[in-house]
Amino acid sequence: MTTSNASPFVDEDALFRPADFMAHADTDEREYANYSYIRETVNRFLSNKGALVSLVVISLIVLVAIIAPLVSPYSYSDVNSSITNLPPRIPGLEQLGICDGTQNGVDLYAEAGIPNEYHFFGTDGLGRDVWTRVWEGTRISLVIALIAVVVGVLIGIVYGLVSGYFGGKVDIVMQRFTEVLSSIPQLVITTLLIVVLQPGLANIVIVLFITGWIDMSRIVRAQVLKCKTQEFTLAARTLGVSSRDIIFKEILPNTMPQVVVTFMFSIPNAIFLEAFLAFIGLGIPAPTASLGTMINDGYNAAMIYPYQVLAPVMVLAILMLGFNLFGDGLRDALDPERS
Amino acid sequence: MGAAGVVEQGGPLLSVRNLRQYFKIPGGNVVKAVDDVSFDIMPGETFGLVGESGSGKSTTGRAVIRLDDITSGSIVFDGDDISGKLSKEVAQRLRTNMSMVFQDPMASLNPYRKVIDTIATGLDAHRPHMDRREREELVYQMMDRVGLSRSQANRYPSQFSGGQRQRVGLARALIMNPKLVIADEAISALDVSIQAQVVNLMRDIQQETGAAYLFIAHDLSMVRYISDHIAVMHLGHIVESGRTDEIFSHPVHPYTRSLISAIPRFNPQVERDRHPLVYDAKAQGIRYDEGSYHIVSGTHSVLATDQQLEAWVD
Repeated sequence: MTTSNASPFVDEDALFRPADFMAHADTDEREYANYSYIRETVNRFLSNKGALVSLVVISLIVLVAIIAPLVSPYSYSDVNSSITNLPPRIPGLEQLGICDGTQNGVDLYAEAGIPNEYHFFGTDGLGRDVWTRVWEGTRISLVIALIAVVVGVLIGIVYGLVSGYFGGKVDIVMQRFTEVLSSIPQLVITTLLIVVLQPGLANIVIVLFITGWIDMSRIVRAQVLKCKTQEFTLAARTLGVSSRDIIFKEILPNTMPQVVVTFMFSIPNAIFLEAFLAFIGLGIPAPTASLGTMINDGYNAAMIYPYQVLAPVMVLAILMLGFNLFGDGLRDALDPERS
Repeated sequence: MGAAGVVEQGGPLLSVRNLRQYFKIPGGNVVKAVDDVSFDIMPGETFGLVGESGSGKSTTGRAVIRLDDITSGSIVFDGDDISGKLSKEVAQRLRTNMSMVFQDPMASLNPYRKVIDTIATGLDAHRPHMDRREREELVYQMMDRVGLSRSQANRYPSQFSGGQRQRVGLARALIMNPKLVIADEAISALDVSIQAQVVNLMRDIQQETGAAYLFIAHDLSMVRYISDHIAVMHLGHIVESGRTDEIFSHPVHPYTRSLISAIPRFNPQVERDRHPLVYDAKAQGIRYDEGSYHIVSGTHSVLATDQQLEAWVD
């Protein structure tokens, strides 16, 4: 890398200088450790700050939802007409003058005759402890959403893979079926089904699942259609890879980013749909709480007792933000091209 | 080249007769992508298939390796008829003994699979219960052979350059020690210096393993460099075929002549006087379905009518 003396350019004129090649020679030889795909995904996920925070937040909410109703001295269904609509009272914070159980300067806890009790989020119109009910409701909402979405996603993935990969008549029949199903308004299906099946935990899961898997199957099918004509799939075919292996090893990983994001968006959607069913009176029957039924109960008195609606809304909002960030981080972690 | 392979005399490795590949398109029309194509590939030789875009050369390659079901014709590979429905044993032999290198180094590797797994695709498909060490060792040997370093085995395709990716594609095609490798525009997407590297690599590997190549390309000078035999395709027909020196020293068909006349020359004086010939089948009244194959000399044959041949040979 020496310049000849005859060159009309002096060193200072040279725009490009030869780099020290040997210093970079090892860059290309850098060893990439032989980690499994799952471990690499976890590593990539953990290096994403937003995703990590969302993971902690979701875990905290899940943990509290499990523990809080267990350790709370109140049950979610205890009705006590003498302590209705109490404001929040939290030990520690009450010294600071907030959440001290007073409303308009009156200590309602003393008035109700329970000066030593603490309802962290206050009580509702029937005297039930909102704190216990919020976490009980979070539990129920999460269980409903998770079961419905997980089952829906699994069915949707398989349906989309089969429909997209085999194509032709199989695809035509399968797509017409989903079109018929999705052409009936979701509201009509859910209402009819709930009316026929009676409101209840299992039946709400079934309803959410029936309307939830179609989106996923469409997204997966679109990805499959894209991947199956790409050269890496053709290469696998020329090497005699079986259809099963092509679907699961070549095509399925390529659908994962979309699947994960859709999955994570589906959870808050399912919680919302459940809340909506509660709103039109087809939700989980009382006294069982879900975030949806609590928001609808609190909504009636939102102007006078805002904490009754604020508590479940906050939990729902944080949960949804958490799931979206989590989905984003997971999508990036699953995709080796993004890192 | 090909001295290592052509010594084996005997029947052809691949024999294609009257291959037709039609595609129905909406509106009831039929595209005759490949129309009555016949050629032979001997073991260990390199057969160049050239032609412009849309001439059907890639379709021919895809038909030969049975990515598409052919409309009619016969394909005999290594003694097996592979033109109809494949039995399990024939499919097994076809898939291990014939492989393909693709054009686009970006799209031909799965972005979600590590290079080591991509190269081992054939091993996983045909020897699924292979020892993990043995599989790794075979992949490493193949990476050495195509000029990739072992330390790169655990990378993803996005961490490679175009030339390196094409080497990965080549390694994947060669892992089962195939007798025939179809290179479908395998170097067209690379820049010229990398093209030379990859082509020389393919030649070296051919000398080591004795594999035959069906080399599909539109770059005549590259095809001339690597091929023993050349077939020139136009509009789904092979218009002229023969040994490389026959084609280049005595091109007969006007289409071949126009292709050769379009190659830039290195000598500036020659280049200044070079006038590419214009070829327009319709204007010159050439209809491929009227012609038949005439032997000009040895293996050199041309698609023409008797009158056309007389006019062209002069």
